[in-house]
Amino acid sequence: MYQFLKNLDRRWIFLSMLLAVAIPILSRIVFPEVVSKQAKMVFDAVESLPEGSNILLSYDFDPASEGELLPMAQAFTRHCSVKGHKQYYMALWPLGSPMVDKSLDTIRSEYPDLEYGIDYMKFDYKAGGEAVIRMITTDLRGMFPLDSQGVSLDEIPMTKNIKNIQDMDLIINVSAGDPGTKQWVQFASTPFGITTVSGCTGVQAPQMYPYIPKQLAGVLGAIKAAAEYEAAIDESYPEIAANPKAQEAKRRMGPQLVAHGLMVGLIIIGNCIYYVGRKRGDV
Amino acid sequence: MKRLVPLIIAICAGFVLIIANFIPYAQNWGSTAQEWFNILAVGAMVLGGGNLIKLHLMKVSAKNKGWGYSVVTIGCFFATLIIGLSKMGVHPNPIYPDYAWSGYYLEEGSGLWWIYEHMVVPLTSMMFAMLAFYVATAAFRAFRAKNTEATLLLVTAGIVLLGRTYAGVWLFGWLPESMEWLRFDNLTVWIMDIPNTAGTRAITIGIALGVVATSLRILLGVDRSYLGQD
Repeated sequence: MYQFLKNLDRRWIFLSMLLAVAIPILSRIVFPEVVSKQAKMVFDAVESLPEGSNILLSYDFDPASEGELLPMAQAFTRHCSVKGHKQYYMALWPLGSPMVDKSLDTIRSEYPDLEYGIDYMKFDYKAGGEAVIRMITTDLRGMFPLDSQGVSLDEIPMTKNIKNIQDMDLIINVSAGDPGTKQWVQFASTPFGITTVSGCTGVQAPQMYPYIPKQLAGVLGAIKAAAEYEAAIDESYPEIAANPKAQEAKRRMGPQLVAHGLMVGLIIIGNCIYYVGRKRGDV
Repeated sequence: MKRLVPLIIAICAGFVLIIANFIPYAQNWGSTAQEWFNILAVGAMVLGGGNLIKLHLMKVSAKNKGWGYSVVTIGCFFATLIIGLSKMGVHPNPIYPDYAWSGYYLEEGSGLWWIYEHMVVPLTSMMFAMLAFYVATAAFRAFRAKNTEATLLLVTAGIVLLGRTYAGVWLFGWLPESMEWLRFDNLTVWIMDIPNTAGTRAITIGIALGVVATSLRILLGVDRSYLGQD
């Protein structure tokens, strides 16, 4: 047994990881979620605002992180839509713009009463990263004279009175790296006191915790927090709970549970081999 | 001159931004500098593209190992550039019907949209997904409790791995209310809130002090390494 495990071909590990992910996906296992303090803080930040509040949603991620972050972004979109907030979308990553489009598609298909230009709108991608944030904190039109469809901001009902992003009641940033949450905290949230919440990858989350609660009103870290956020929305809005498309993060927690269990199992087996080997003088 | 002019530009831009940050009267100077920066950022993208082509063309002409990949890179670069710039398959914006190129560059069904949906999305997602397989083999072969520090790290990783799933609740659901803090999900929250935040904060403050020191060296012209060797 020891010799078998010591010389185990890595392809068996690849196969076990494939099964650990594939079986829960195919069997559609969904586990219950307990809403954590962080998810509740983010939920409350959106929920506590009165209807019609201005919310800037910056989706700073690309397809590489789509699996981890898109369910979170969609949950933000649904929550803002059901609350009747005015949603201003933008992206600091070149490939972030299509991520925003997916949220706009969600609004169009699930909230047909909401109108482009009145309830939601989109700024197109602009190069510059943090410089874009710095600019729009004082002069929105200097950076974005037009929306993504080429219409002047002065002709769009929901932007004609917006001078800069200090007019926003909340910034929601979904981020997979730089530019992302850190830059929003440094150049928008902290200097101008704009309430900001973040949804980020699991790798990034530990770096965001020191900003809570003054510079960030809450952080959703990875798909687990997205599932908790979905659970929080479901508790308050039964119509969203009944929508299977709005349970995507919860559905992705099944593969995560089995894969994490496999990882812990592999670490334990690996260490057992190490200790037996050391005892036998093999190491 | 080759080094002096960029040095003066960098020092002036740096001081303008500092002054604009602290003196309200000079706030507009900062905005103007930001506008210049954004124009330069676009220029940098062109420079980046040019550099990519130069390096790969050199690799192809020298027939270095893997030069075939460079041919693919150059081909994909130009194909994407031409399809994107010409807005192939994009319909004119209904607001400006007379302008052929006024449509949205990623319009559904357009050439660039096809590249994005059928090449960029699957390729980047695949690269990220493959990490799971490599981390799994690394977990089996490399994560060893060789000493106290490594053991602490492994135990913490195990708690967080399970605590970030429903297993954290399910495994220790039998614990009485007074001992619920021992549940892996609660321990994960504690690890993230206390030791992680303390460590990250210390690192962040250290980095910030380092950035201040380096910025001062650049602003005063002491550190000129960013200008290159020649």
